[in-house]
Amino acid sequence: MTTVISTNSTARRRRSFRPSPLLLTFVLVPFAIESIWVFWPAIQGVFFSFTRWDGLSAPVPVGFDNYVELAGDPVFRGALGNSVLWLVLFGGLSILGGFGMALALQRERRGVGIYRAALFLPVVFSMVVTALVWRVFYQPDGLVDQVLTAVGLEHLIRPWLADPETALYAVIIPALWRQIGYIMVLYLAGLKAVDPAVHEAAKVDGANNWQRLWHVTIPQLKGVNAVILSVIVIDSLRSFDIVWALTRGGPYHSSELLSTYMYSAAFQSLRLGYGSAIAVVIFLLALAVIIGYLVRAFREES
Amino acid sequence: MMGRLRTGGYHTAMILVSLLWLGPIIWVVVLSTRTFDDIATNGVGSLPHSFTLDTYVQAWTDGGQLQALINSLLVTVPAVLLSLGLAAMTAFALSRFRIPGRRTILLLMLAGNLLPPQIVLIPVSKFSELTGLYDTLWALIAVQVGFGLGFYTFVLHGFMRDLPNEIQEAATIDGAGVGQIFTRVILPLTRPALAALGALSFTWIFNDLLWAITVIRTEGNMPVTPALLGLQGQFVSSWSVIAAGTVIAAVPTVAVFLGFQRHFISGLAIGAVK
Repeated sequence: MTTVISTNSTARRRRSFRPSPLLLTFVLVPFAIESIWVFWPAIQGVFFSFTRWDGLSAPVPVGFDNYVELAGDPVFRGALGNSVLWLVLFGGLSILGGFGMALALQRERRGVGIYRAALFLPVVFSMVVTALVWRVFYQPDGLVDQVLTAVGLEHLIRPWLADPETALYAVIIPALWRQIGYIMVLYLAGLKAVDPAVHEAAKVDGANNWQRLWHVTIPQLKGVNAVILSVIVIDSLRSFDIVWALTRGGPYHSSELLSTYMYSAAFQSLRLGYGSAIAVVIFLLALAVIIGYLVRAFREES
Repeated sequence: MMGRLRTGGYHTAMILVSLLWLGPIIWVVVLSTRTFDDIATNGVGSLPHSFTLDTYVQAWTDGGQLQALINSLLVTVPAVLLSLGLAAMTAFALSRFRIPGRRTILLLMLAGNLLPPQIVLIPVSKFSELTGLYDTLWALIAVQVGFGLGFYTFVLHGFMRDLPNEIQEAATIDGAGVGQIFTRVILPLTRPALAALGALSFTWIFNDLLWAITVIRTEGNMPVTPALLGLQGQFVSSWSVIAAGTVIAAVPTVAVFLGFQRHFISGLAIGAVK
């Protein structure tokens, strides 16, 4: 077979390579599938955002009308604010919690395997399962209320998911419960790669635990942090399931995220053009992170 | 003495944290075995005063969880096999041969996976209506494969690229064609990565809600994750039946996790250690 050219054979590097039909199929079939189900729909999605469309009759081009309407839509602004809050709280706390637990559980010792497994178990649950587990707790007279009563804080009791003041936070807690174990695993993998020799050297030089953490461990985790940060931003903007399962964005849009507002605008109010415009906003918010991720991924590639 | 005290403190703290994580799960499992009357009189927050497994029977048959689980497996198993198979093909071609534009193709495919799904939801639902796939499991399989491919290809590409060249050269000298090199040489060596991605993608696809409610409408066609929301509507305030349904929906992914624990963790960590 002359078509097989190993990647480091310099002799043939300059000659252009003509892939065999089989190789072409290997590349083109999956690429075509992704084009049909992702690339082309994404282009269409941007196009639809410039139309008014109920899904039945043909889309009517309206220029930037949807975007103008978004700018003045209080529900959209609320959802945007909630999404930012979600990113900060859900993202920030899961990084803190995940990193903290990874530090606590990085050293192999008795029991560590069990603790890690406990924290990790919820990661395999769907967000819907997670939501249903927690919904039970939030019920009137459920565990949360019982615990508050037991410690004498019964005046705080309220319908957690039905109160606009608390709904969003009541949704973030279960989301965190599931996310912290995931971030912990990523940091555990990153910590494994930290050079122990540098740690020893710092110890000999008299650096205490905090100094070693701050000046030795954290700088070496730069790569992991970048990955986790992109994962968190992309995940946060995608977050939908847990909110949908617990509150559907309510009450009175108090736990509405961009993703849930997009879904209900499109599939419940049947305003497909308007929904597409919200989706484009989500895309634009994610774009910087996506590009950053791709640049990183391909710098390592070469 | 200090050392022992510190160890004790460490384990106490970690046991408390673990309980915070395991507690809710245990609580729901216990709740799923309580009778309706017990919950009605003692409340959902109380300790159990009864034991029954009828709740599971109710969720399983009346709640339609049996059908929902079948639907889930009918979607998840083919979607995992197809997306990993296709991704392996592309990764193989792009990593082992000097195909023109290979970096651009890989970049594009990964970029597609990073897109927020919202941007394609409406077109995908319209496209599946157009092709007559709407409200069928086929639509769900197709979109799961299409959307997952980019990431799997990227991961497998990284793995295959690092395999030594000598093996492939030796196989070439022995007269093996491209197809044989793929199936006999490269694929077997890629097994660890395939196992890790397999365990991961199984849970991702099985746990999906958004795609399912976008391309499927009929209750009877819903996989188990979205069907749980329907169960919640059907058995309002029958908390033990809902809890039983929740346990049923969680068992398959927990089983995959326990069975493939090592692969699972290494799969999750793929991005972090590179």
